[in-house]
Amino acid sequence: MSPKNNNIKDFFKALPKNIFSGFVVSLIALPLGLGLAMASDAPPIAGIIAAIVGGIVVSLLGGSHVTIAGPGNGLVGVLLVAISTLGLENAYVAIIFSGILLMGLGFFRMGTLADFFPSSAIQGMLAAIGLIILGKQFHIMLAHKIQREDTVDYLFEIPFSINDAIHYENKGLIYAALAGVISLAIMLFYSKIRNKYLQLIPAPMWIVILSIGFSYYFELGLHQLNPISKEYMISGIPSIQNIIADIPNPNFKNIWSLPFWGSVLALTLISSIESLLSIKAVDKLDSEKRRSNVNKDLKALGLATIGSGFLGGLNVVTVIARSSVNVNNGASNRSSNFFHAIFLVLFIVLFSTQLARIPLPALMAILVYTGYKLASPSVITKIFSIGKEQLIIFFVTLIVTLKIGLITGIIAGVITTLVIHVIINKSLGLFLRNVLKPNVLMFKETSDENNFYVSVKHFCSFLNYYRLKQQLDAVPETEDVIVDFSMCEFVDHTVMENMHSYQELFNKRGGHFDVIGLDMHDTDSKHPFALRRMLPVPKIIKNNLTRRQTSMEVLAEDYQFNYSPKKEKEVSFLNNFQFFRTKHINHIYNKLSHKSSAICLFDIEFSEGEFIAKEVVRSTMLHIELDYNIPEFTLDREGFLEKVSAFAGFKDIDIENHDDFSDRFYLLGDNKIEISKFFNDDVTHFFESNRYYHVESNGNALLIFGKERLAGLKEIKTLFDFGKRLKGVITQNTYN
Amino acid sequence: MSLKPFKSIGIGVAYSPNLKANLFEAARLAVFFQSKLVLIHVGESSKDKITMLKDILKSFEKDNLDYDVVFKTGNPVDVILSTTQKKRIDLLILGAVQRERFLKYYVGSIARKITREAKCSVLLLIKPSVERIPCEHIVVNGLKDPKTEQTIKAAFYVATKLSSEKITIVEEIKQDQISVKVDDDKSLRRANIIKERIRLRENARIKEIISHIPETYTENKTIKLQPIFGKKGYSIGHYAQIMRADLLVMNAPLKMTFWDRLFPHDIEHILTELPTDVLILQ
Repeated sequence: MSPKNNNIKDFFKALPKNIFSGFVVSLIALPLGLGLAMASDAPPIAGIIAAIVGGIVVSLLGGSHVTIAGPGNGLVGVLLVAISTLGLENAYVAIIFSGILLMGLGFFRMGTLADFFPSSAIQGMLAAIGLIILGKQFHIMLAHKIQREDTVDYLFEIPFSINDAIHYENKGLIYAALAGVISLAIMLFYSKIRNKYLQLIPAPMWIVILSIGFSYYFELGLHQLNPISKEYMISGIPSIQNIIADIPNPNFKNIWSLPFWGSVLALTLISSIESLLSIKAVDKLDSEKRRSNVNKDLKALGLATIGSGFLGGLNVVTVIARSSVNVNNGASNRSSNFFHAIFLVLFIVLFSTQLARIPLPALMAILVYTGYKLASPSVITKIFSIGKEQLIIFFVTLIVTLKIGLITGIIAGVITTLVIHVIINKSLGLFLRNVLKPNVLMFKETSDENNFYVSVKHFCSFLNYYRLKQQLDAVPETEDVIVDFSMCEFVDHTVMENMHSYQELFNKRGGHFDVIGLDMHDTDSKHPFALRRMLPVPKIIKNNLTRRQTSMEVLAEDYQFNYSPKKEKEVSFLNNFQFFRTKHINHIYNKLSHKSSAICLFDIEFSEGEFIAKEVVRSTMLHIELDYNIPEFTLDREGFLEKVSAFAGFKDIDIENHDDFSDRFYLLGDNKIEISKFFNDDVTHFFESNRYYHVESNGNALLIFGKERLAGLKEIKTLFDFGKRLKGVITQNTYN
Repeated sequence: MSLKPFKSIGIGVAYSPNLKANLFEAARLAVFFQSKLVLIHVGESSKDKITMLKDILKSFEKDNLDYDVVFKTGNPVDVILSTTQKKRIDLLILGAVQRERFLKYYVGSIARKITREAKCSVLLLIKPSVERIPCEHIVVNGLKDPKTEQTIKAAFYVATKLSSEKITIVEEIKQDQISVKVDDDKSLRRANIIKERIRLRENARIKEIISHIPETYTENKTIKLQPIFGKKGYSIGHYAQIMRADLLVMNAPLKMTFWDRLFPHDIEHILTELPTDVLILQ
C-alpha cells in the first residue's frame, strides 16, 4: 500500500476536480431538493437541509466513494403518507427513528437486505412511486391544484386537468401553466441536444435560471409584476437565520401508535433499498474501480437521517441521478459530496430571496419528469421482454402499492414471485426442501488456471441469492470466476440480472466472469424465462435493413469489407479506453470489418449517467488495432470547455515548436515525455492538416470518432480514410 | 496403522430387486479386502432363501469368498445393529436411495437410522451394480480433527485395494476462521491474505499426515489437496458431486441428537443428499 502522505498529496491534487463536480451536482440538487420536499408536502427547505446534512455527514463517515447523498425520490410516496397521517411534527420524529433503524441495519451488517427482494417487484414498487409523484405533481405543473383522497384518482384526473389548462382565461394561470410546460419540454429535450455549452449546466438548473431571469425581466425590464399567479410561486424559502430559529423541537410523546411505526418501517425499508441499489449502480461507474463499504455507508446515512430529522429535513439516501452526474463531472472521492453540500449552503445564504422567484409549476415539471422516468413505458417493455410472468409480478406490486401502500405492495410482489416460481417448476417441494440448505460451493481451482469455481445446487432465486452473493463478493474483481448452474434446477430472473451485472463489473476491472451450465435448462424448456435473455447472446438478425444499412452493405462490397448489422454485446475491447471509463456501452452494431486489416468501423450505443440524468448516445466509431505499443493519450479539439476544466486539474500537454497544434488541439495523457516524443513533426502535421476527430489511444489500439451522433455515409468514408492514413503515418514513424 | 482395518464385512439382505447388485458389491469388496462376509437377514430362515443366496454368490467361489448367513427376526434396525456387534463386523454395507421424500427425512429410513447409530464403519452405496464400476477417484475429508489422520490412512488403504488412481483431500475451512469481514477493497485484500495463509497452513498439516503413511500405499497415486472455504460437512459433498468422485470417505460424526437432524450440519448434509458412495469411518 502507498504511504499515507502520498494519499494526502493525491487528495489535494484531485481536489479542484471534486470541487467542480460538487458544484455541478449542487446545481441539480437545489431544484430537486426543493421539488422533492414540496412533493412530499414538507416545507421546500426540508429537502435542502437533507442534502446539506447528508452531504456533510456521509462524505465524512461514509464508506462509498463517489456517491451523493440527499433527499430521494423513492421516499416521496412514503413521506407523503407519513406527513398526512402523522402531521409534520411527528413525521420528523418518524424520520429520526428511521435513521436509527437504518444505522442498526449498518451495524448488523444488513447491507444485503436489498437482495431479498425480487427485482421485478422492486421495479414495480419504483414505478408506483413514479406514478404517485407524477400523478400528484402533474396538476400543479398545469397550475391546477386539486385535492383527492386516493393516489389513483390523481392519475385519472390528468386528462381533465389538461382540458382545463387549455381553457384557462386567467392570465396568471396561463403563465403558470406555460412555465410548467416549457420546463417539462426542457427536461425532455435537454439530452437530445449535444451541445457542450448547453450541457455545462444541468437541465434542472436551466429551468431555475430561466425562470428567475424571466421574473427579473418583468420586474426590472418591464417594471411590471411577475405575471405568474402568486399562489403558484414557491412560498416560504426562509433565510438562513430563520432556518436556525425554526429548528423543530421533536416531540416524542406520540410515538406509540401503529401508523407511526408503519411509517418508520416504510421509510427505513425504502431508504435502505434506494440507497443500496444506488450504491451498487454507482460502483459500476467509478473510474477508479473501488468497492464501496455498504454497511459503513448505511451507518453514515442513518446518522445523517437522524441529524436531518432533528434539523427539520427529510430522510437522507444515496441518490443515483445526482451520483452519476457527479461521476461524469470527474469526481474521484467523497469530497465532492461534501462540496455539493457546501455549495447548497452558499446558495441558501446568498440567494434565498431569488429562489422565491421560481414558479411552482416549473419545479414540479422536474418532478413530473422524474416520475415519468421511474414509470416510463420503456421499463414495462424491458420487463415484458424478459418474460410475461415478470410483468405479472411488476403489475401486482404496482397496483397494490398504489391502492394500499408501499409495504403491502412489496410483500405482495414477493408473494406473487414465490407463487409464480412454484407454478413454473410445478413443485413446492423444491423450494421448501432446499431453501435452508447451503447450496453454494466455491473453491479456488488448484490447477494451473487458478480461477474461482462456483457451483450452485437445487435452485437459485431471490430467496437464497444472498449465499451466492456472499461467495462472489469475496472474490477480487480482477480474478477469473466461473459460475456453474448445471446442478441447479431453477434460476430466477433476479439472479440472472445480478449475474449480468457481475459480468459487467468483472469485465470493467480486468477480471473474467463466466456463467455456464444453463444450456441444459433451455433444451429442457423447464424454465426458460430470463435465462437466455439475460446472457449476452447476440440477437437474431432483423431482415429488414434500413436505407443507411443497405448503403453500408454496398459500401462494404466496394471496399471488400465484411458488413454485419447484428447487435454485438461483446465490447470488452473498448473497456480500456478513457472515454468509456464512466460510460456504459450498450452494444455495437452495423460493423464493417476486414479479415486481414485491423481496422473496423461500427455504430455504437452507449449511455452516460443514470436515471433522470441518463442520456443514451449513438455514435459511429473507428477502431484500429496496432501491433506495437504507443503511449496512451486523448486528443480532442481545444475549446471553451477544456479551458474551463483545465482550471479543475486536467492538464493539456503542449508540444514544443508546434504552437498551432497546441492551440488547436487539446492533448491529455499521463506519460508526458513519451507523448511528446510520439507527437513528432509528421504526426502533428498530419493532425494539423486534417479534419478534427476525437482520437484516443489505449496503448495498443486507437479509437477515432467525430461527433456524438451516427455518421452519414460520406462521413463514414472520410472517417475510414482518415483512420487508414493515420495508421500509415504512425506505423511509418514507429518503425523509423 | 492397522494394515487390515476391515476383517469382516456385514450386509443387510432383503429379498428385493436390488439384492443381486448389493450382494455382488459386498462380495467384491470382501474379496478385495480379504475379509469375511456376513449376510444379515431380518426374518425366518428358509431353504429357498439360502439356495438363492448360494446361487448368487456362486461366481465368487473361485476367489475363496468366505461368507456366513445370519437369520434373525425382529426390528430391522435392532437386528442389524446387534448382529454387527455380536459378529464383530468392522464394515457395514448399506444400500441407500439417493434422495428421500421431504416428510420421510424426519423419520429416517432404516439405512440412515443404522448409519447414525452404528458403532462400526459404514459404507453407503447409492447405485449398486452387478458389473464392477471401477473406483477411480476418492475424495476424503481433511478436517482438523483427531480422527482425520486415521481416516486419511484408511482412505489410502482402500484406494490401494480398489486400485484407485486419484485421491483428493478436501480441507473444509469454516468461514469464521477468517477474522476479517469483507466490506471494501481493503478488507477484501486482508481477507484474501488471511485465506492464503490458512490455505498454506492446512496444506502443510495434510502433507504431514501423508508423510506418515507407508509409501506402498501412496506411490503411483495422484494426490491433490483442495482447501475449501465453506460450510463444514456440506462443501465436501458438493465438491465430490462436481468432481464425480466414486467414493467419499468421511470421519464418523460425534453423537447426534434430534436437533442435529432438524438443523442439519456436518455429515447430515451428506446423508440428506448422498452425492456418491460414502464411507464413514469409525
